[in-house]
Amino acid sequence: MHLKYIESKCSGCRTCQLACSLVNFKVNNPSKSALRIDGKFPNPGNYNVRVCNQCGICAEVCPVDAIRKEGDTYKIDKNICIGCMACVEACPKDVIIEHEDYDTPFKCVNCRACVSICPRDALEFVD
Amino acid sequence: MLYGYAGKVLRIDLTENKITKEDLKKELVDEYIGGRGFVAKTLYDELPANIKPFDPENIFVIAMGPLSGTFMPATGKTHFGAKSPATGGYGDSNMGGHFGVEMKYAGYDMTILKGKAETPSYILIENDKIEVRDAEKYWGKGSFEVEEELKKELGEEYQILTIGPAGENLVRFSCISHDFGRQAGRIGIGAVLGSKNIKAIAVRGTKDVPIYDPEALYKFGKETYKAASEKPGFKGWTPEGTAGITNWCNDVGALPTRNFKTSHVDYADNINGKAIIDRIKVTDKGCFACPTPCGKYSHAKTKIGSTYVEGPEYETIAMLGSNCELSEIEEIAYANFICDELGVDTCSAGVVASWAIECFEKGIFTEDDFGMKISFGDLESVVKILELISKREKIGDLLAEGVKIASEKTKHDTDKFAIHVKGLEWTGYECRNAPGMMLGYMTADIGAHHGRCWVLGNDVAGSADAGNVHDLISGGKKINKLPKAKREGVVPIVLDSQHTRPAFDILGTCRLQYMEIGLETEYYEKNYEAITGKKLKWKDLLILSEKIWNLNRCFNFREIEDFGRKYDYPPARLYEDPIPNGPNEGHLVEKEEIEKMLTDFYEARGWDSQGKPQKEKLESLGINL
Repeated sequence: MHLKYIESKCSGCRTCQLACSLVNFKVNNPSKSALRIDGKFPNPGNYNVRVCNQCGICAEVCPVDAIRKEGDTYKIDKNICIGCMACVEACPKDVIIEHEDYDTPFKCVNCRACVSICPRDALEFVD
Repeated sequence: MLYGYAGKVLRIDLTENKITKEDLKKELVDEYIGGRGFVAKTLYDELPANIKPFDPENIFVIAMGPLSGTFMPATGKTHFGAKSPATGGYGDSNMGGHFGVEMKYAGYDMTILKGKAETPSYILIENDKIEVRDAEKYWGKGSFEVEEELKKELGEEYQILTIGPAGENLVRFSCISHDFGRQAGRIGIGAVLGSKNIKAIAVRGTKDVPIYDPEALYKFGKETYKAASEKPGFKGWTPEGTAGITNWCNDVGALPTRNFKTSHVDYADNINGKAIIDRIKVTDKGCFACPTPCGKYSHAKTKIGSTYVEGPEYETIAMLGSNCELSEIEEIAYANFICDELGVDTCSAGVVASWAIECFEKGIFTEDDFGMKISFGDLESVVKILELISKREKIGDLLAEGVKIASEKTKHDTDKFAIHVKGLEWTGYECRNAPGMMLGYMTADIGAHHGRCWVLGNDVAGSADAGNVHDLISGGKKINKLPKAKREGVVPIVLDSQHTRPAFDILGTCRLQYMEIGLETEYYEKNYEAITGKKLKWKDLLILSEKIWNLNRCFNFREIEDFGRKYDYPPARLYEDPIPNGPNEGHLVEKEEIEKMLTDFYEARGWDSQGKPQKEKLESLGINL
């Protein structure tokens, strides 16, 4: 199971990012969220939401085996991670996130907070 | 720690190229809370007395509130303030989008610019790093063009505000643009930036905003989104946004038409919200954290060009549409784009353009003034007028001053149909059968702006008790002829609206969730407590609103030499010429009625017969000047 963006539904409000940061970091800060929203303006005028589809490429490139699959979800073990950011570079959707407050990157943990709050029903959780 | 606040005030002296950061003062937070409260207090205290709006000494304030950028519906508003180029008095304007939120994440609740940069510049803010950078290559370019180029230069994640050529050329109704379609439109706020040689501000912020109880915020925030989504207004309002009220305004004879000559058109179905959805909409486009996106990003084709543009929202439909008699939604959208790109407010621009066309029809202006024949209902005429204004070419140099100054200079009694109050052009509601709404426009601190007071629904309902807009407009049946609205009883309704609306501007949210959707104030109180750790009583917030109304009134008395009652009248057209046709045919608000309303209003406010706040009133509100 993983997140999926339903095309053309997003209106760019970023409520998903707020929910993600509150649930996973207990802070109100959209830059600490594991989704990215790209506004395509002025032309053609739409949004694309980039979400983790748990493809596992991050785990393949991790030199210290810090990213492991638990159930459907690839998770970063901060105790093993050395902060080399190889996974950040390798992520095809650019949704493994670096933030200056942390030494290690973070990624989607399939908590579904974003799916449950999206006012546009633009996100779903699929096989 | 001040929970709910980023904690810093950023000051940039552009003349000295000096950047300072100071702690946000607890006393300011305790007394004025945020947003519009910060703007009003800062302008009163820090603006040197009796300077002109385009003097370098004018200050430009950006402020957010404690709820700005937090996890609850529609926390994306940014408030700006300065001495008003439109009126010479108090000025503020706000916009939606994502700019102020990003400023807060960068660490700043308030930013104050003063002085003037030596050469065209833009300001870059990346958390703690602040730079004033060269913007020579952007000067002269359109608002969207510069936003697009700056995003390419800096990165997609930067939030950017820009001014257009009109702001550079000090057009007194220049706007600030942001996010390819959001504007702080009113008071000529864009020209204040232009006068400081600032073309744009770009910001990237990645800091936490300290929250007193994040878990409670997550819980209450979710409850608030859920409650909003269950209101009837949620499904009724969202699809068409503000454009959804076009037909209602037309049906009740309140749609400004042909420079406010009349108030009803026979082509409303071609310019309403449904026309936007059916004919031009590309996507819904929302502000930060907003579940009810009123932005309708569109693509419109016309005989003179095609364009992408956000909107038009209702005010633009009224002012560029019916008021200039553009009778197809594509034409309005195109004129909307021209306004945005040149950087002029669509509301004021619609009033100025329609006034110019009426002057041309009356033979006061000539073909030479414009370089072509102009007429109502002609997109090319409107575009031509807008271009002349933004470049200050030909008659555009006069029109760029706004209808008050332009009509005073033109004479020929053109002030009678120059539709403004205090120098700020009127917006989308014709009021000759709406005395409460008219009083709201007349007494607004910044001039004729509906954002200060909106009671049209109450006027139409016969001055009934206040309710939310959705309830007011969805219940009425279509009436061919409306009775004359009652003047009696409007004052308390106007005061209620004048005090309720600022509450959201102070807290840092959009008012639409409450006004149009019907979300209860309890949700704001609960979220405020989770965010700040402090209790909020809504009635105390309304008292703060009253305090700000009084403070701003004092500001106008201080800054405008002969300020007083005479600044609170509508233009003569609205009390001398009965509406010639439509549902309100024959109606007007007589001068005598206007005098009575003003007298009652001043008395209810504790002001004297000139509208000057009395010492006792100021003291009771804790204003010590």
